[in-house]
Amino acid sequence: MSHKNNTMCLSIPARIEEINGEMARCSVGEASYQASLQMLDISELAVGDYVLLHTGFALQKISEEEAIETLKLFDEFEAFNATLDEEEKQTGERIV
Amino acid sequence: MKYIDEYRDKAVVLQLIEQIRETSRHPIRIMEVCGGHTMAIQRFGIPSLLPETVELVSGPGCPVCVTSHAYIDQAIAYSRLPEVIITTYGDLIRVPGSTSTLDREKAKGADIRIVYSILDALEIAKHNRRKKVVFLGIGFETTSPATAAGIIKAEMAGLFNFLVFSAHKIMPPPMAALIDTGVNIQGYLGPGHVSTITGSKIYDFIAEDYGLSVVISGFEPTDILQSILMLVKQFERRQPAVEIQYSRVVKPEGNPKALAMLEEVFYLDKDWWRGLGVLNASGMKIKGKYAAFNAEKQVEVSVEPTREDKGCICGEVLKSTAKPAECKLFGKACTPSDPVGACMVSNEGACAAYYRYAR
Ligand code: SF4
Repeated sequence: MSHKNNTMCLSIPARIEEINGEMARCSVGEASYQASLQMLDISELAVGDYVLLHTGFALQKISEEEAIETLKLFDEFEAFNATLDEEEKQTGERIV
Repeated sequence: MKYIDEYRDKAVVLQLIEQIRETSRHPIRIMEVCGGHTMAIQRFGIPSLLPETVELVSGPGCPVCVTSHAYIDQAIAYSRLPEVIITTYGDLIRVPGSTSTLDREKAKGADIRIVYSILDALEIAKHNRRKKVVFLGIGFETTSPATAAGIIKAEMAGLFNFLVFSAHKIMPPPMAALIDTGVNIQGYLGPGHVSTITGSKIYDFIAEDYGLSVVISGFEPTDILQSILMLVKQFERRQPAVEIQYSRVVKPEGNPKALAMLEEVFYLDKDWWRGLGVLNASGMKIKGKYAAFNAEKQVEVSVEPTREDKGCICGEVLKSTAKPAECKLFGKACTPSDPVGACMVSNEGACAAYYRYAR
C-alpha cells in the first residue's frame, strides 16, 4: 500500500504548499502533487492546511494530527510489505 | 497475539480488546465493506485478537473486484480502435476480461495510458484533438465525483474528444442486497472514505429497515477495534443504528459540493455486481445532457461474448460465503503476480489481502 503507487482506492493526506485559483500544489513527504480544490470551500483553505487527496482532488480538510497518523500507517504498511518480500526472497517460498 | 508488539498504541489496543471481550455475549459476524479495511484487518492480524464470538468477513467494497468482465471486454474493444486513446487508473490494467487484459492489449500496441487523475486524462485530450480519449470511470462515491468534475470541465473547455465509459457504482445497494440474499451478518464496518463524500445518512435505511448496525470506521487498528466495540455494543443492546467512529474525517452530511456534482452529471441505473448480479439503482450512468461525453453513446464497438473464469469463486468471496483459501486456485494457479480473478489483482481485493497477510 504505497502512496507512490497509482492506486485509485487510496486517499492520501497531503499538505497544501501553494494555492493558484482552484488548483493547489500539495506535498506528501518528498512527493509533490497538483490537486483540484473545487470540491471544497477554497476560502476556508490556506497554505499549511492538510487535505485528504484522492485521484487529484482534495475531498476533505483534515487536521495535521490526522494526516501524520495516516501517513505513519502507510509507512508501516510499506515497511511490513518490504519485510515480507525480504523473508520471501530468503526462504525462497511464498508466505501464505 | 502475534502482531501486538508492533502496535504504536499497545495499551489502547489491549484495553479495546478487553472491552470487546467483556461486552460480547452472542455470536456476531461483522462485514467490512471497504477493501482498505480488509487490508488493514489482515495486516494487523485483528481476527486473532478478537473473542470467539466476533467474526470478521470481507464484503464487496473493492471496485475492481465487482466490475464485470463485460466492462473490461468493452474497454478492450475501445482500445483496439485506431482513433481511441484509453486513459485509466492503474488498478484496472491487469484485471482479466473474458480473453485478455488492458495490459496485454497495451503490449500489443494499443494506446492505453495510466493516469493518476482524470485531470491528466483531460490534458491528454487537449493535446490529442484528433483522437477520442476514453476515460475508464470505475469506483465508488470516493472516486465518482472526480469523474463528474472531469466531465463538467470538459464541457466548459469544449473538449468534445473527451469521453467517459462509466462503471461507477454506489455502496448502499450491495449492502442491502447481501442482507436480502440471506448472508449471515449482524453489522457493517462502514467505508471511511466513501462516507467522506456521502455522509452517514445513506446508511440509515440499513438500520431502520433491516435492523443492522453500521459503524463508519477509520483505518488505524485502534479505529477498527473501536468500531468493532461499537458494533458489538449495539448488537448486545439490540439497538441497531448508524454511528460514525471516524468523525475526525467523516461528517454526517458528507461533502455537499461533491454530491452536487454527482447529481449534476449522473443518474442511477441498474448495474451488475460480481457475486450479486444485477442490482437496481446501483450504477452511475451519464445523464442525457452530457451524452456528448458518454463513450457508450459516442463510440460504436462490437464486444466479444462474455466468459467468466472457470474455477474462480471471487463472487462467493465478495459475498463472504466463501473464504479465499476455499478457492482451489488460491495460491496455486492464482497469485498476485499471475491473477486469475479480479479479487487477486487489486491490492484491496480479499484474495490478495489474504494471500499477502493471512498466514
Ligand atoms: S483465488 Fe483467484 S481464482 Fe480463486 S476466488 Fe480468488 S481471485 Fe478467483
